[in-house]
Amino acid sequence: MSIILDHVNYIYGADTPLAVKALDDVCLQFPDGQFVGIIGHTGSGKSTLVQHLNGLVKATSGHIYVDGEDIYDRDYDRKKLRSKVGLVFQYPEHQLFEIDVFTDVCFGPRNLGLEKKEVELRAYEALRKVGLPEDLFYQSPFELSGGQKRRVAIAGVLAMKPQVLILDEPTAGLDPKGRDEILGQIKELQCTTGMTILLVSHSMEDVAEYVDRIIVMNKGRVMLDDEPREVFAQYKELEEVGLAAPQVTYILHELQERGFQVDVNATTIGEAAKTILQAIGKKKTNI
Amino acid sequence: MLRDITLGQYYQTESVIHRLDPRVKLAGTLLYIISLFLFRNFLGYVVAAVFLGIVIRLSRVPFRFMVKGMHAILFLLLFTVIFNLFLTPGVPLLTLWKLTITREGVEMAVTIAIRLTMLIIGSSIMTLTTTPNNLTDGMEKGMRPLKWIGVPVHEVAMMMSIALRFIPILLEETDKIMKAQIARGADFESGNLMKRAKAMVPLLVPLFISAFRRANDLAMAMESRCYRGGEGRTKMKPLVYKGRDRIGYLCIAIYLAVSIAVGRLPVF
Repeated sequence: MSIILDHVNYIYGADTPLAVKALDDVCLQFPDGQFVGIIGHTGSGKSTLVQHLNGLVKATSGHIYVDGEDIYDRDYDRKKLRSKVGLVFQYPEHQLFEIDVFTDVCFGPRNLGLEKKEVELRAYEALRKVGLPEDLFYQSPFELSGGQKRRVAIAGVLAMKPQVLILDEPTAGLDPKGRDEILGQIKELQCTTGMTILLVSHSMEDVAEYVDRIIVMNKGRVMLDDEPREVFAQYKELEEVGLAAPQVTYILHELQERGFQVDVNATTIGEAAKTILQAIGKKKTNI
Repeated sequence: MLRDITLGQYYQTESVIHRLDPRVKLAGTLLYIISLFLFRNFLGYVVAAVFLGIVIRLSRVPFRFMVKGMHAILFLLLFTVIFNLFLTPGVPLLTLWKLTITREGVEMAVTIAIRLTMLIIGSSIMTLTTTPNNLTDGMEKGMRPLKWIGVPVHEVAMMMSIALRFIPILLEETDKIMKAQIARGADFESGNLMKRAKAMVPLLVPLFISAFRRANDLAMAMESRCYRGGEGRTKMKPLVYKGRDRIGYLCIAIYLAVSIAVGRLPVF
C-alpha cells in the first residue's frame, strides 16, 4: 500500500484576492509499514497534505498514486480509497453523532456495505484495540471525556480496516498522561498490524519517541524529510521556522559544549539518560 | 464546495463605497430596490443599470466575484421566468401542447428576470462592501425611531450581527464535519431524496451540537464582560455622517429622480 505524491500543488481560494498556496510542489513517498510523523506549524499545510491522501481535497496540479494507481483518474473508485486510507480528524466532535458509542463505530464499516455481523465484529474489535472499557460501549458518545471521545473517533476509522491510518493531531487538548496512552496504543497498533501510520502534530516531543521518519512542513513545502535524529540535528533551522527539537536535544548540546562527551543524537528521554550516565561515568574515571 | 457561496459575503478592499456610512448604503439599497418596481418602461432599467454599473465600478469588487454568487439563486430565477412565461394570460404567440406563450408573458418574464437580477446584484453590493458589524450598526441607528413603539432595536441588531458572524464559522464547521464523515465512507451526493435526507443526519447532529456549544460559550463570554443589553451602551466607533455621505445621499436622490422620471415616461 504505497503512496506516492508527485509534484502536488494546492491553492486555497484560487481566483480570489485571498488565494493562498497551501501546498507547494510536494513530492513524497510513503512505503508500507512506516510510522511517519508530519510536523509543522499551524498553517504549514500539514493538514491539507493528509487530506489529499484519501482524496478529500483535490490537488490543483500534480498526481497522487496509491498502489500505483492515479487517484485522480476518472474511473478511480474514491470510496474504496477511503476505506484503504483512514483519516481521523483532530476534533472527535466533528464525527460523533449516534446514540451510543458502539453504533457510532459501526457507521464506517456499514458504509462499506458489509453484513451486519461483520460490521459489529469490526466495531467491537476496533473499540478493543483503542482500549475503551467495555462498560462505555453503550453510552452516549457525548457524555465521554475528551480522551475517550478521541478513542471512539479513532475506533470509528479503524473499524473500516484501513491499510494506512492518518491521525491529525490526535493528542491536541489531552493531558500528558492521556497523550502518552493514546500514542502508546497507536504505536502498539502499528507493531501488531503492520499498518502504515501518519501522525500529524506540531510537537516534536510528541512524535520523537514513536516514529521512524519525520517530515517537516513549512509554508506548504517539505522542509526536511529524514530519520528523527537527522531532523533534530538541524535544530537551529527548526527554530528559525518556529519549531523546536525535543528538550533532550537542547540539554545534550548544552552538555557537549560544556565538555561532556554525550551522544547528541539521542532522541528520546531514555536514550538521553543512558548517554548522560555514560558521560558522567567517563568523566569520573578521567578525574 | 461551500466556500463558493458569495451571496452575503464581505469583500475586503479599499474603495469609496466601502468607506460610506452604512446608513447611506442601507437607504440607497432600499430606495434602489423600490425604484426597480416603479418603472413602466425599459428605459428606467437602462438608467438603473448605468447607476448600478457606476457603483460596481466605484466599489472595486470584481464583477466576476458578484456573478459567482448568482449561481445559488439561478434556479429561483429560472423558476419565476418559466412560470411567468407560460402562465400569464394575454395574446397568444406560440402554443406547445397545452402551454401557451403570450406576448404579455414574454414581457412579464423579461421584466421579472431583469428586476430580480438587478435586485440581487444591487443588494449584494451592500453586503460585499459593508462589514457585518457596520451593517448592524447602521441598522441599529437607522431603526432607532422604532424604539418608540417598543421594538427592541438594539437586541434585534445584536442578534443579527451574531447570526451574520456565525455564518462563516458554521460553514467552515460544516465543511470539516462533511470531510470527517466522508472519510468514514459517508455519501452525501448519490441516492434518491429519502436516502440523501437520511445521509444528512451524521452531518446535522454534530453541527447542531457544535452550534449550541458555541452559542453557550458566546453567551458566557459576553456576560463575563458585563454585557446587559442596549441600555446605556455607548459605541467605540459611533456613526457620524461625513461629507462623502452627504454626497452619497445626493447621488441617490438624483438617481431616484432621474430614473423614475424616465422610467415612467409613456415610451414603450
